Amino acid sequence: MTAAPGYDLERVRADFPILREEVGGRPIAYLDNAASSQKPQRVLDAVNRVYETGYANIHRGVHVLSERATERYERSRRRMADFIGAGSADEVVFVRGTTEGLNLVASCLGRFALGEGDEVLLTEMEHHSNIVPWQMVAERTGARLVAAPVTDEGEIDLDGFAARLTDRTKIVSVVHVSNALGTVNPVSEIARLAAERGAYFVLDGAQAAPHLKIDVRRLGCDFYVLSGHKMYGPSGIGVLWGRKSLLERIPPYQGGGEMIRTVRFERSTYADPPAKFEAGTPNIAGPVGLAAAADYLEDLGFPAVGSHESSVREYAEERLSEISGLRLIGTAREKAGVVSFVVDGIHPHDLGTVLDREGVAVRTGHHCAQPLMERFGVPATARASFGLYNTRAEVDRLAAGLGIALEVFRP
Amino acid sequence: MSADRGSVRDLYREVILDHSRRPRNYGAMDGANRSGSGFNPLCGDRLQLFLRVEDGTVRQASFTGDGCAISTASASLLTEALAGLSESRALELVDRFRSMAAGRSEAHEHTLGKLAVFAGVRDYPARVKCATLAGHTLRAALEQSGEPARTE
Repeated sequence: MTAAPGYDLERVRADFPILREEVGGRPIAYLDNAASSQKPQRVLDAVNRVYETGYANIHRGVHVLSERATERYERSRRRMADFIGAGSADEVVFVRGTTEGLNLVASCLGRFALGEGDEVLLTEMEHHSNIVPWQMVAERTGARLVAAPVTDEGEIDLDGFAARLTDRTKIVSVVHVSNALGTVNPVSEIARLAAERGAYFVLDGAQAAPHLKIDVRRLGCDFYVLSGHKMYGPSGIGVLWGRKSLLERIPPYQGGGEMIRTVRFERSTYADPPAKFEAGTPNIAGPVGLAAAADYLEDLGFPAVGSHESSVREYAEERLSEISGLRLIGTAREKAGVVSFVVDGIHPHDLGTVLDREGVAVRTGHHCAQPLMERFGVPATARASFGLYNTRAEVDRLAAGLGIALEVFRP
Repeated sequence: MSADRGSVRDLYREVILDHSRRPRNYGAMDGANRSGSGFNPLCGDRLQLFLRVEDGTVRQASFTGDGCAISTASASLLTEALAGLSESRALELVDRFRSMAAGRSEAHEHTLGKLAVFAGVRDYPARVKCATLAGHTLRAALEQSGEPARTE
């Protein structure tokens, strides 16, 4: 197993119990990390420990278990604030995941900032979760969505982007790393352009969090959203970061317990952020697992994780390029984690089934990015996406599986 | 390869590969008096089915669309099987096909003719909807609901 120097891949793999699962007598080659990543023992243990030693409802009990649970929940918030470079834990709102985070921003910032004729600027490479919530708020406010074009390589066309950024643009919302192409977008440049027009800047960090060191203050965004389950944490938990001054000014999302200060039938007043956005009993163990995932990632270290993944991805691009009739979709200069491709004459779904039989897990379909598929003129792609535990040997199995698909479908 | 996970050739039988490479009855039909469209939102497969029905009997069937080998071959084989069937027989055929594909019944296999070649799909839960898209679309066409058939 070849790994980047100083990166103990065997040990990393041993941290993930599920990687020992066998399919057809061989360990599974899990190349679907952009959909969801597997969990290290440390995360599983952290979640279990909550239920075993410190679980109760939080923020309201006078008893010891509630105090313990509250303490772990809030410590996890501080840990996540540190993980993303936030200035204060009060800027970290726990949400179910990126989708809920983007819905929250679209709904609350949208009601705050959008009016008739205003525009929200997105790009053609957005995930549906960074399109549909904006459409919903646009319908309510009379705003409209504008999409910046993507080049043939799968990069945002920055000139096209700048041309669509006008005085009507009130919000810019862009994906940090594309789930379908792996493109790492030039977000600091986009932040600068957005700031020039005084537009709020929202970043969808679902695919960035497992691969890159996030520093929200250096990125120059106003909101950043990520999912726990894509960065080796539990599913059902994610983080919305927002600038404190904005979280204070935008309206709340859901109403209920915990997000209020006083409730009267005539009128209620709201708690300060982050509680203002966390109505109801939250996912209590999730943040603890997520904080453990952040610890795990930072102990390995981002430069090391990123360079290991890049070496595996580049090897995959090299091996796949040798396959006749295979076209890579997304050849941006800066990429993370993802190799998307189509093969002449073989539908991605059929490729996925053949690979599955070989114990190689990939995703096939439109990757919740139908406008992007349309842009590239394909109904779907096959996507191999890599995480910190993937190996070159797994890439070899992917290539061998594609060889079998060619034999089956191209007599 | 373990016994519970058979060869991929059990799914992609020669007949299926042949019909996916050279689909029969492919193309829009001029004299069609029924048509329906189908969509599988999971993979984006689209299908348009055309029928010429006279005196309650399907005289001719054709299709257009873009899909995987399984959905293309099932549309191709289904359009072949439909010619000459009464509307009620056609719907029965689709029902039997669906139970076979979903693994609910093996009893129907011998009554399905060439369509029995899709029996292997029952071992591929993620692909059952690819096989049944054409059947859903036929139902939409015969019932003229005007609503596109969806596998979801």
